[in-house]
Amino acid sequence: MAEYYVPELPRSERIPRLVHHLYAKMPEIESARAKLITESYKASEGQPQVLRRALAFSHILKHIPIIIRPEELIVGSTTLAPRGCQTYPEFSYEWLEAEFDTVEHREADPFYISKQTAAELREANKYWKGRTSSELAESYMAPETKKAIEHNIFTTGNYFYNGVGHYTVDYGKVITIGFGGMMREAAAELAGCRPGDADYVTKTAMLKAMILDYQAAIDYAARYADLAQQEAAKESGQRREELLTIAANCRTAPAEGAKTFWEACQVFWFIQQLIQIESSGHSISPGRFDQYMFPFYKKDLDAGKLTRDFAQELVDCIWVKLNDLNKCRDAQSAKGFAGYSLFQNLIVGGQNEEGRDVTNDLSFICITASKHVFLPMPSLSIRVWNGSPHDLLIRAADLTRTGIGLPAWYNDEVIIPAMMNRGVPLEDARNYCIIGCVEPSVPGKTFGWHDAAFFNMCRPLELVFSNGCDLGEQISVRTGEVEEMQTYEEFFRAYQEQMNYMISLLVNSDNAIDVAHRVLNQNPFASGMVENCMRSGKVLEEGGAVYNFTGPQGFGIANVGNALYAVKKLVFDEHRVTMRELKNAMKMNFGEPLDERSITDIAIETIREMRRQGHEIPDSQLPDVIRKVAQIQLPDEVRERYKEIRRMILELPKFGNDIDEVDEFAREAAYLYSRPIETYHNPRGGQYQAGMYPVSANVPLGAQTGATPDGRLAHTPVADGVSPYVGTDVNGPTAACNSVAKLDHGICSNGTLFNQKFHPSALSGTKGLDDFVALIRSYFDQKGMHMQFNVVSRETLLDAQKHPENYQHLVVRVAGYSALFTTLSRSLQDDIISRTEQTSAM
Amino acid sequence: MDNGYLTTKGRIFDIQRYSIHDGYGIRTIVFLKGCFLHCRWCCNPESQRHDIETMIVQGKEKVIGRDVTVAEVMEIVEKDRDYYRRSGGGMTLSGGEILFQPDFALALLRAAKERGITTAVESTACAKWEVIEPLLPYLDQYLMDIKHMNSGKHRQFTGISNERILENARRIAQSGQTELSIRVPTIPTFNATPEEIAQIAEFADSLPGVKRIHLLPYHRLGSDKYEGLGRNYEMGDIPVPDLATMELLKKTAEEHSHLECVLGG
Repeated sequence: MAEYYVPELPRSERIPRLVHHLYAKMPEIESARAKLITESYKASEGQPQVLRRALAFSHILKHIPIIIRPEELIVGSTTLAPRGCQTYPEFSYEWLEAEFDTVEHREADPFYISKQTAAELREANKYWKGRTSSELAESYMAPETKKAIEHNIFTTGNYFYNGVGHYTVDYGKVITIGFGGMMREAAAELAGCRPGDADYVTKTAMLKAMILDYQAAIDYAARYADLAQQEAAKESGQRREELLTIAANCRTAPAEGAKTFWEACQVFWFIQQLIQIESSGHSISPGRFDQYMFPFYKKDLDAGKLTRDFAQELVDCIWVKLNDLNKCRDAQSAKGFAGYSLFQNLIVGGQNEEGRDVTNDLSFICITASKHVFLPMPSLSIRVWNGSPHDLLIRAADLTRTGIGLPAWYNDEVIIPAMMNRGVPLEDARNYCIIGCVEPSVPGKTFGWHDAAFFNMCRPLELVFSNGCDLGEQISVRTGEVEEMQTYEEFFRAYQEQMNYMISLLVNSDNAIDVAHRVLNQNPFASGMVENCMRSGKVLEEGGAVYNFTGPQGFGIANVGNALYAVKKLVFDEHRVTMRELKNAMKMNFGEPLDERSITDIAIETIREMRRQGHEIPDSQLPDVIRKVAQIQLPDEVRERYKEIRRMILELPKFGNDIDEVDEFAREAAYLYSRPIETYHNPRGGQYQAGMYPVSANVPLGAQTGATPDGRLAHTPVADGVSPYVGTDVNGPTAACNSVAKLDHGICSNGTLFNQKFHPSALSGTKGLDDFVALIRSYFDQKGMHMQFNVVSRETLLDAQKHPENYQHLVVRVAGYSALFTTLSRSLQDDIISRTEQTSAM
Repeated sequence: MDNGYLTTKGRIFDIQRYSIHDGYGIRTIVFLKGCFLHCRWCCNPESQRHDIETMIVQGKEKVIGRDVTVAEVMEIVEKDRDYYRRSGGGMTLSGGEILFQPDFALALLRAAKERGITTAVESTACAKWEVIEPLLPYLDQYLMDIKHMNSGKHRQFTGISNERILENARRIAQSGQTELSIRVPTIPTFNATPEEIAQIAEFADSLPGVKRIHLLPYHRLGSDKYEGLGRNYEMGDIPVPDLATMELLKKTAEEHSHLECVLGG
């Protein structure tokens, strides 16, 4: 029987002060990293690329300004300004230069940038023209792929503009043996290399790069030791003692491994922080923190060197630090990943390799830390299986009840077999953690490329109605004129063909980016901390990890399921609507007003069509045509008919209400994405695997999608994750759960995401928590994979929109992560408000 | 086995899944239409008549009441079986008054038990004992309303006197076949005084096996339904009891009995 300490530990008064300091100002962009990497690259031309990466990393760590924030117990800041960010020009830079004047005032994730910083970045960026991974990736892509991206069928922008990230390194090992231990391992491997070996050239360069990197990390920690010592000299009393301990922690443990829990926390932090200096890839996920930190905790606790209260305080401090790291994305991506999130996912509970539950004191301390700190990071997750202790789940539900949107709940009973289906042995599968939003991964062994793309499943459906055309251009395969289709099966096959074609282009795009990172932006520092890289002589980007995947995610399942059902019912079964009528109704937004985008789209289409017919129309006439399109008035009877068609559609059963007939269509729709995806392979020798989650991209990508046959109006958000479409699940949470559980989650081994919003009254009292946990367990009994919650009243959210100043710390669940509500764009706020709120029946 | 009871028909006006505020765990409530009583404060006035009727809901006409078989009801009830199992919940029959359609109620309870689903009813027990007794073997929990100890006042506010109700409460308790919980809709102008609540608590305390008494505070959530049915809401503007009043009544109930007193369902 496992033993663990359950009572909630108190919050130190230090914590709110740390949080306050962190959020006192708007985050700021700094130029140090960009300047340093540019200097280093200029000096290292002609050397092996992997070594240049390490030389640059060393140069940055040697010279980047360092700071200890007031009252910190865990130190290491990437920027002088709290929550500031550095830039990463080796991936891309043009978007940031274009936004220098607007980034401070943009809607999603604004950053302050000083005139001087802008000038310094502009100067550094000059070097990078023609040298970035994004430019190389683009040059690798097939022309039809670029066309599909231009037409917003899918986006691979995240890894195109940024580093990849999305891994969990072997924290436990590095904390134990230190970076010095890592250097010894690399040196030993290096000693075994023979000049005649086929991989001698690449392997030795990589190992030397790793040795440089780990030495740089040790030296960086020593800079903090010196700084802490200097500051201690200026302080007295408790703070002086704290700073002296910090100095000692930074002096030896990073090199030799941690002996105490506090040292372990500090080394953990350097690993976490430095990975995110090496590359801009996000979702650097601490994974099973409660497991690998436990031996250090237990040893100190048993020896009487550590109190539980102080352990709590240290963990709380780490939670604060996880919010100190930040990243500036381009305006479009910022909408898709809104809320300044770095998706550092940390998971508690679950089984070990042997299938035993390993809940411990730290599992509870982690949950309490999220309650104490009450900030979006880390993305706290919890593993649930049949052997999960009830008190852990109740404690997690108690956190959910605060409205923070944490933790996200994961089902061992689906994820373990899903990973085994991808060739992961049982022991490793049982040890899974979650990366980023919802992506299962074997910690310390995987380069999963977990967030490889957003694929909007509604767009290929639009292409069925246009025979592969978009804006008058043939961008996809011709599947026939939709009006001439005689059977539902014919229609379905056309959609399948459009999907298959676009999925093949998505793969091309991801593989092009994959190779560009391999060529230009290897990350030896992170690679050495993932099993098999040193031995295989390959960095992560070359396929050095034990497990290699690419996981692009599809979304809009609910819309497509409902749409397929509506087409079958109304057009083919009951003949109440003709396909021509449906097509025209969709084009005219079901008789509802056309927005600017629809009008422009129609105008562009019209011009292209006229040009095809031989008319010469210069581009300068576009505004005229737009004006004319805007003036088109539909005859009343036509408008009424379109509205009537939409009413008929809306009256049909919808996915999310536990109605088998339509739920079956959503299941099929999900397969149309997940089955073809798993047939592809990436350049690292790994398999593609589907995810079904949108981050927050269902809003911006929905804004690029016309009206759909499920009655969804043009340019409104599409359904998020595997959740029912907003407002259509009206039979309560059990019905919604049952519907969603009918999808095949096991095949979506890159994760599924199910959002539910609850009114606080549904979780009140002990019974409320018990019933809430029972609801999750029941969804999991039916093989649901993941579930997350917003527990906040609609009135609260509306009031927060009106008076954001009163709700600076209102955290809500967005997608696979939580964010401060007031930092989200208006449309994303609206989307969250409009998610169906589940109350209990009165 | 004789499955004839699955085709038994009855009249319902709603089925609500994920009900967590009445009874144990996560429950599905089947609302049977028709009632012997006409309580002035009733928050489901559409439940009172057995006839199918039309109510205006948010500006639109809605038909209230449909005839269904036991099998049809069970198909919905069974959908949440996993949730009952994990939460200790099950099926609740409510109304109206379930004893208004005793054959249907019996068949539903029997169907649930035969499928391993626990059962509860919300009822005033205002029927002949011969009607109630056959239900008990299929019933895990009887949530019974006791509204007032004074028969005259009971008649004045609900339309019937209370003698049979009180007698049935005792017989149900003595049968030992089901868990009996007493619930008191706490209505200002009717019974929301310490004296009146104390009398009910004392009576409930005298019933063998009863452990808990629930005070359900009056609310006005059903008032617009009266308008929707073209009926007059006789409670007028009577305000809902405040928390202090409810706490006082809870204390009173506890002082006058050995029971645990719970505010709300």
